[in-house]
Amino acid sequence: MLEVKGVTKSYGKLVAVNGVSFRADYGETIGLLGPNGAGKTTTVSIIVGLLNPDSGEVLIEGQQVKSDTDPVKLKIGLVPQDMALYDKLSARDNLIFFAALYSLVGAKARQAITDALNLVGLSDRAGDKVGTFSGGMKRRLNLAAALLHDPQILLLDEPTVGVDPQSRNAIFENLEALKKRGKTLIYTTHYMEEAERLCDRIVIIDHGKVIADDTLQGLHRMLPVTNVIVIKLDHADGFKPERMLALSEVKSAALEQGTLRAGVHDLSRGAPGILHWLAENGHSYHHVSSEQPNLETVFLTLTGRSLRE
Amino acid sequence: MIPLLALVRKDLKLFFNDRRAVIISILVPMVLASFFGYLFGGQGGNAETSKVPVLVIDQDGSNISRGLITQLGSDKTLDVKPSTLESAREAVRKGKATAAIVIPTGFGMDAGHALFTGATKPELGILYDPSHNVELGMVKGILSGAVMQAVSKEMFTGRSGREMVNESLAQLENTPQMRPENRKALRDLLGSVKEFNEQQDREGASGQGELSGGLSMPYQTREQAITSGQNIEYNGYAHSFGGMGIQFILFMGLDVGIALLMLRQSGLWQRLRAAPLSRTMLLGSRVVSASLIAGFLLLVLFAFARIVFGVHIRGSFAGFLGVCAAFSLMTASFGLMVAALGETVEATRGYSIMATLIMVMLGGAWVPTFIFPKWLQKLTVIIPTRWAMDGLDGMTWRGLGFSSALAPIAVLLLFTLLFGLVAVTRFRWGTEG
Repeated sequence: MLEVKGVTKSYGKLVAVNGVSFRADYGETIGLLGPNGAGKTTTVSIIVGLLNPDSGEVLIEGQQVKSDTDPVKLKIGLVPQDMALYDKLSARDNLIFFAALYSLVGAKARQAITDALNLVGLSDRAGDKVGTFSGGMKRRLNLAAALLHDPQILLLDEPTVGVDPQSRNAIFENLEALKKRGKTLIYTTHYMEEAERLCDRIVIIDHGKVIADDTLQGLHRMLPVTNVIVIKLDHADGFKPERMLALSEVKSAALEQGTLRAGVHDLSRGAPGILHWLAENGHSYHHVSSEQPNLETVFLTLTGRSLRE
Repeated sequence: MIPLLALVRKDLKLFFNDRRAVIISILVPMVLASFFGYLFGGQGGNAETSKVPVLVIDQDGSNISRGLITQLGSDKTLDVKPSTLESAREAVRKGKATAAIVIPTGFGMDAGHALFTGATKPELGILYDPSHNVELGMVKGILSGAVMQAVSKEMFTGRSGREMVNESLAQLENTPQMRPENRKALRDLLGSVKEFNEQQDREGASGQGELSGGLSMPYQTREQAITSGQNIEYNGYAHSFGGMGIQFILFMGLDVGIALLMLRQSGLWQRLRAAPLSRTMLLGSRVVSASLIAGFLLLVLFAFARIVFGVHIRGSFAGFLGVCAAFSLMTASFGLMVAALGETVEATRGYSIMATLIMVMLGGAWVPTFIFPKWLQKLTVIIPTRWAMDGLDGMTWRGLGFSSALAPIAVLLLFTLLFGLVAVTRFRWGTEG
């Protein structure tokens, strides 16, 4: 469906995108995950034809976008990171305008607009000026505007930036509905929770390069541990976590503000062993829990840096 | 075609949805044009203009100086008031008087001598406000006429004039350096004046005739404004509405450019570029919508001028529409050029406002170009607004035919092409990064 092959883009000496390659099939949701400035938006801009790559190519159903008016562009819908709406026009007028850009008029346009408004839950506000909308409503309308011409591929560039949790959930539900309809979604974000919830596969980009491209489970397998046991000690003074590495189940151990975090591969075997070791060595505790590592951990492991840095 | 219409319709909707902006973009030029139109002659072109304030310091106190002041006071363009030297200097310095004329002691006597014998000419002092050079020229012209009339009147009919004639006749014999033939000619002249005076006295005494007023200006003027037709008076509002319309429509064009510059930095630009639209369509739609808005504004302004101030299209209506259309297109392409050359919004706004104001000023939209120095008048032919102004003036109050609109239309279209070419070649589409 969509193939990005060895795409490179430089601005002077700065290499924004360096040999990025990935592919997305029909109905698949691909997350482009990376910190701000990693090259996600540049990659999206190249896919949609806003930027010409210095090298590499982008194929949509085997075809390159050759010109501004190439019909291949009809297969793509873009939800830009910045709000792409006219505040002084009503929601409906905005959608009428964006539909007409794809030569959609009359009954077809009206149906597409009704469907899009229904999907994002803004039918009752269709006649209101966009300037009166909340940030979340604008984000939903921003999404609706990209759906009017029924594109097969939807490129979503950080579509939830600056919205409240309720609106974010609404957008996720919209995207899940689109996914069920078989749309291919390319979703850029630096929020790992979003990627974890929505994406079938995650492409991690850092400094313009793809450093991982796998399913969530596949990425987790790259980690040295699959679970972290979190234990709040009663008295942490003098406790030396590195002593725990003597246990065969324990792969990592760290103490921070009285909380011990021990990484294990097998929770059912590791947890009893650790608790037994603590009791034997006279360390009492008042709370025990376990955590699964997330994409943040994956990114940290792969780059040595946090996603938020 | 559908996308093009959508793009144009959207621009028009955005413009007309902003009611406050629409009202301001129509109301402000209306108010300014009304004001300037009133200043530059108003309706009928004969509105009473303010008089030039002139102070006179009479240090002479002679019949001639008094006669001179009376002559000056009778001129309808001057507001003459007596003053002292110090107060006059202060008044001119503060701009309360345009000029002050100082009539020095002995002026009457010396002027009389100078009239007949060419003796040293007395000086009239003029203190003037340097910001009123044009009025100074006018005051000097009126003063020359008034001096000639006052001096000649006194010399031919006044008592001091007669004394001076007798005195001059007596002195004539004591000027051995004068050539005999010249002495004879001057003696004959002065003798004739003496005889003329004596005859005047006799006629005056018998009540048979009036005393002559001395020399007077040997002509008078009959003024006729050459407008579009007989009995059709010049309407100052025609020029001012054209000028202010051009200025504010250019500002509108500039706003179009700035808006495009801002659009390029927004998500909307990405969305537009992601759609299957050609670059020609994206820029062309702007030209079409901006031209329509510009044409609409011009027509509304002239409709208002027609209803309120009686501004008529005395010339070719088709020519008027042609000039409006060509100027509207030029404005739109000017806006595109601004967007193409602009780097940041703030800097672009600054230099493009400056460029617009220079174009408006040199184009004669504020004041007619004939008051510019010659070299500047020649230079303004490279300014598109000059052609727009000439075209609108020609089609409105000058009442010229369609053929006179062709040159302005052609030049404005050439500027449209030039600006458009710069815009298309320099526009940064973002595909380069």
